[in-house]
Amino acid sequence: MTLGSTASSTTDAEARPRRRPSIGTVIAWAFMGLFLLWTLFPFYWMLRTALSSNNALYAGSNSWLPVDFTTSGFARVFGWQTGEEAIADGGSGQAINFWLYLRNSIVVALLVTLGQTFFSAMAAYAFSRLEWRGRNLVFGIFLAGMMVPTIFTYLPNFVLIKQLGLVDSLLGIALPTMLMAPFAVFFLRQFFLNIPKEVEEAALIDGASKVRVFFTLILPMSAPAVATLLVLTFITSWNDYFWPLMVSYTDESRVLNVGLGVFKSQTPQTGPDWSGLMAATLVAALPMLIVFIAFAKRIVNSVGFSGIK
Amino acid sequence: MSVTESVMAQPQASDRPPPARRRDDTRLALLFIAPATVGFLIFLGWPTVRGIWLSFTEFNLLTPAEFNGFDNYLRMVGDPIFWNAMGVTLLYVVINIGLQTVVALVVAVMMQRLTQSSLLRGLVLTPYLVSNVVAAMVFLWILDTQLGVGNQVLAGLGLERIPFLSDDATVIPTIAVINVWRHVGYTALLIFAGLQAIPQTVYEAGKVDGASEIKMFFSITLPLLRPIMALVLIMTIIGSFQVFDTVAVTTEGGPVNSSRVLQFYIYDMAFGRFQFGYASALAVGLLVVLLVVTLVQYKLTRAGSSDLG
Repeated sequence: MTLGSTASSTTDAEARPRRRPSIGTVIAWAFMGLFLLWTLFPFYWMLRTALSSNNALYAGSNSWLPVDFTTSGFARVFGWQTGEEAIADGGSGQAINFWLYLRNSIVVALLVTLGQTFFSAMAAYAFSRLEWRGRNLVFGIFLAGMMVPTIFTYLPNFVLIKQLGLVDSLLGIALPTMLMAPFAVFFLRQFFLNIPKEVEEAALIDGASKVRVFFTLILPMSAPAVATLLVLTFITSWNDYFWPLMVSYTDESRVLNVGLGVFKSQTPQTGPDWSGLMAATLVAALPMLIVFIAFAKRIVNSVGFSGIK
Repeated sequence: MSVTESVMAQPQASDRPPPARRRDDTRLALLFIAPATVGFLIFLGWPTVRGIWLSFTEFNLLTPAEFNGFDNYLRMVGDPIFWNAMGVTLLYVVINIGLQTVVALVVAVMMQRLTQSSLLRGLVLTPYLVSNVVAAMVFLWILDTQLGVGNQVLAGLGLERIPFLSDDATVIPTIAVINVWRHVGYTALLIFAGLQAIPQTVYEAGKVDGASEIKMFFSITLPLLRPIMALVLIMTIIGSFQVFDTVAVTTEGGPVNSSRVLQFYIYDMAFGRFQFGYASALAVGLLVVLLVVTLVQYKLTRAGSSDLG
């Protein structure tokens, strides 16, 4: 089935027998296998270490399975143990405020994703389907914004967020990226331009307003492009570390990544609590991995789709 | 709003013929671009200008910025740690991009020529779904000198243990490889999407002529892939220059300055020593490097043109 798809495209007489793959194919699959092993092994190792007892890790460091199986690593992460128990098991006695960090991550990622995509779509509509003076000039200026790496705006934006009094707030983390992104405007404009004008004309003749056309025609017809942007923006925003690290000072506004960083900095310097750290890492990675399992196809297609355009 | 209006007073440079039925949507268009324009001006345009301005000042966040001419730039030119950071960053980019591009290309070609399995594409993308922080944490553990499984394997093979992240010779290559782990699948999928655009008939013709897979790779795939590769390279190189998360989690710039990449130096200068003016000048330095890289690359690869069509 898998090999057949390339072989069957040649004529049957020319095609090699399917049952006997060439040496090249075998080498290629072997490479692929190694590559997958290297890709997936760290996930297994996270789980294996998280389910090991930290004190036993030192003696059993060459075991491929969890050493002295226990869920005490997770108990330390969620603060289910008393401080003394945690310290006896190799931890620092500090827990992760997981549910709060998770809530913060979700709020920030949703604000950024929904806001950025929607407002960028509105702008893209104005740049592609509305007639107004200066349209191309303003669009050109927006495009020039793509040349400025986000990293350059971090310091001045931090100063601004501080002046606005939004330091250590979720809005402060989300605001700079929730109103637009030059790439999103550019990407959606390209897509809107390819929608045949006739469709829109017909609706306008029927008396629909342009606002209505945008919401009931253009947006639904661009569902693949919009979904792609939503997916990619969500992943980027969820995984962001630098900007939230700058803005948040307390648990109130810490997202999962920042919380994980704090948890790491608290672990004992000599003899780190590796099983606790890996439990925390796994817990921080899990929400996104669950989303991925649920929407794998959509997400995989989105990555390819954004590249072609 | 006033800025947008003055911008729109400029003459219009239309890139397509005027529509048969002239309609002026200026009012609606202003409404539609309003949120994005506010976002653009406040969080991208203004910070860019302000970032450049701050680089000519002495500023510690608490007292107002004081203009000090070219002092920051003079200091930068004579700052050995800055030049070291520049060198370290360049080394990182070369290793990271070189390795990542080659592996991604091979994986992408295999995904196209061996199998169309979407499960495989999903697996390859998995590391991209976790954050840099998660990736850094896992590899910090896997590569630990004493207990890490990487060094256990080396020791088991009778080789010497390598202090991957605590030796100044190996630290940058190691960080580069960690980031290859997270990004290579994403890059491979972008290239894969580009490969899908190459018509299957070209390969069939090649086969009829008796070309091997390897010959077809060099004489068909690579030349036709050039525009996509150029785009992917520009994107990944710009991203690579902004490396921060992995360094912040694993080494914090050490040992000594051997992994103090430019972005980490900027962060340290701003938030560790509150020298926002000098940090802004360093950021301008990075901005200039990125602009030069983009322009040179665009010229070299003629990114806009395709051989297909």
